Amino acid sequence: MSQSKGRFGVHGGQYIPETLMNAIIELEEAYDHYKNDPEFNRELTELLNNYAGRPSLLYRADKLTRELGGAKIYLKREDLNHTGSHKINNVLGQALLAKKMSKKRLIAETGAGQHGVATATAAALLDMECVVFMGEEDTKRQALNVYRMKLLGADVVPVKTGTATLKDAVSEAMREWTSRISDTHYCLGSVMGPHPFPTIVRDFQAVISRESRAQILEAEGRLPDAVIACVGGGSNAIGSFYHYIPDEGVRLIGCEAAGRGIDSFETAATVNTGRIGIFHGMKSYFCQDEYGQIAPVYSISAGLDYPGVGPEHAHLHDIGRAEYVPITDDEAVNAFEYLSRTEGIIPAIESAHAIAYAMKLAPTMDKDKIIIVTVSGRGDKDCAAIARYRGEDIYE
Amino acid sequence: MSNIRSAFENGKAFIPFITCGDPDLETTAKVVRAAAENGADLIELGIPFSDPTAEGPVIQGANIRALAGGVTTDKVFELVKELRKDVKIPFVFMTYANVVFSYDAERFMARCCECGVDGIILPDLPFEEKDEFSAVAKQYGVDLISLIAPTSENRIAMIAKEAEGFIYIVSSLGVTGMRSEITTNIGDLVKVVRENTNVPCAVGFGISKPEQAQAMAAVSDGAIVGSAIIKILEKYGKDAAPYVGEYVKEMKEAVAKA
Repeated sequence: MSQSKGRFGVHGGQYIPETLMNAIIELEEAYDHYKNDPEFNRELTELLNNYAGRPSLLYRADKLTRELGGAKIYLKREDLNHTGSHKINNVLGQALLAKKMSKKRLIAETGAGQHGVATATAAALLDMECVVFMGEEDTKRQALNVYRMKLLGADVVPVKTGTATLKDAVSEAMREWTSRISDTHYCLGSVMGPHPFPTIVRDFQAVISRESRAQILEAEGRLPDAVIACVGGGSNAIGSFYHYIPDEGVRLIGCEAAGRGIDSFETAATVNTGRIGIFHGMKSYFCQDEYGQIAPVYSISAGLDYPGVGPEHAHLHDIGRAEYVPITDDEAVNAFEYLSRTEGIIPAIESAHAIAYAMKLAPTMDKDKIIIVTVSGRGDKDCAAIARYRGEDIYE
Repeated sequence: MSNIRSAFENGKAFIPFITCGDPDLETTAKVVRAAAENGADLIELGIPFSDPTAEGPVIQGANIRALAGGVTTDKVFELVKELRKDVKIPFVFMTYANVVFSYDAERFMARCCECGVDGIILPDLPFEEKDEFSAVAKQYGVDLISLIAPTSENRIAMIAKEAEGFIYIVSSLGVTGMRSEITTNIGDLVKVVRENTNVPCAVGFGISKPEQAQAMAAVSDGAIVGSAIIKILEKYGKDAAPYVGEYVKEMKEAVAKA
């Protein structure tokens, strides 16, 4: 009898080629060893605090709160991390783990480029080779991040297959890993893929809610009423939710990219429009047709433009512990501009999906209620694309 | 025991792979018949998938062409049912777990049984996950084919002990596609398999030339060729059948010498 591992309810598992199985088992064993190793944890904390700039601020957004006229809003400022997003939390952990496993080379997929930049950064710091796979479409949308990765010494491989976006970058990174395993670690950027990745990435991102829980207790003497984060694969969201999962009174809300709307074909809202399937190493929800062909998805946000969602999110949805709401391109762009004007914070277009839902929810709540919104990244990378969306051509 | 065993009773086996619907199902039917008439011992029929993560660029291209032509799982079943009227050699499907899962595994296996499909290869279904599909496959007499890779090492015995139909030995790291050289010591892998099962072993990934097929068949029970055949389809399109037939004949002669 075989034994399936890494399940979240019915989701998760290890649906990968036999060629990768021993590599995945080696990774699991290494992680199980190092996650409890005091020296590993000391080194990782050192990197997170003195290199990445943790803990990140929990900022009380008074002006935003006043303007929306309802619940008190706090912003968890992952945009202030080194490299500009939450991605560095996971990458420093995985790169350090890979180094302990004597791997010399990191490969990664990237959508918006934030995970690619973080991986290239860790590779530069830890003296490792780095190759980043990025959909050709995304290399155009996120040209600035392509340049940053190259500047950091990484090779960026534009992926031309399929829709030339994030899902194709993941497929190509998996193909590359099967061809070169012994010296290479696949630094997966989200809480997806085969076990143990959803658990490893969640554990490294859980620092977000570990901090925010202590910070809100310090500031308010109580837990928040809602935590909101954007969801593509779902790494910043699971990190933002994790330490609140046992606290039933805290609503956990993931914001999916609805693109041009969940009734259109141009959407990436997986939980809202997808159904259960098996892809990219995991069982979870996927946008697909009746025969299981993965759908070409769309969102203005390259980081949320993915047809699946992490298996733990699928499970949190199934058991009703977290809610997943769709946010359209239009709503996200409005929120991008709104947060910039009201608080002087330019969020990543991904994070703007979470802000957009806070803008809907806060006014419906009493003033004594508290919402924490994770600003997963900063929006410099998106300025040119948003300007284009508004009909203005700027040169980067 | 399924019909698959018969494929290995005619000397060393030659197993061509064809993506169904590339460029259309009528061509697939002609190509399958040409392969069978020219000595193929078993045919691997690919049900196209949008994101074939175990495939190199050549077979990825075939998947894209087939889906663009409107091929669906149901149409592939109809094709097999039609072919079964005159083609007697075993058929094994090669597709991805989601194609079977989304069709409903039981309904899928029942259709396999009804249409005359003898086995199924799912490259994204390792040993650890197979129970979900193997129980229902067994119920309908469909062999779930196990794969063994150059990296399998300590896993070979475990996989071999539960293998059915034949064992697909992956010759090289990486994805499907033609290779100038296969560096894995296949003989060593097969030796471990033999210690644990008498299920036949066929080698695939990277084989395109007769000499390679002969060398691989010499240390196993047969050779599997995919990308080289898809290349012929890519070149000749709807007129590919006689060219594939010619190629299969040459390859079967080569493995027969092994």
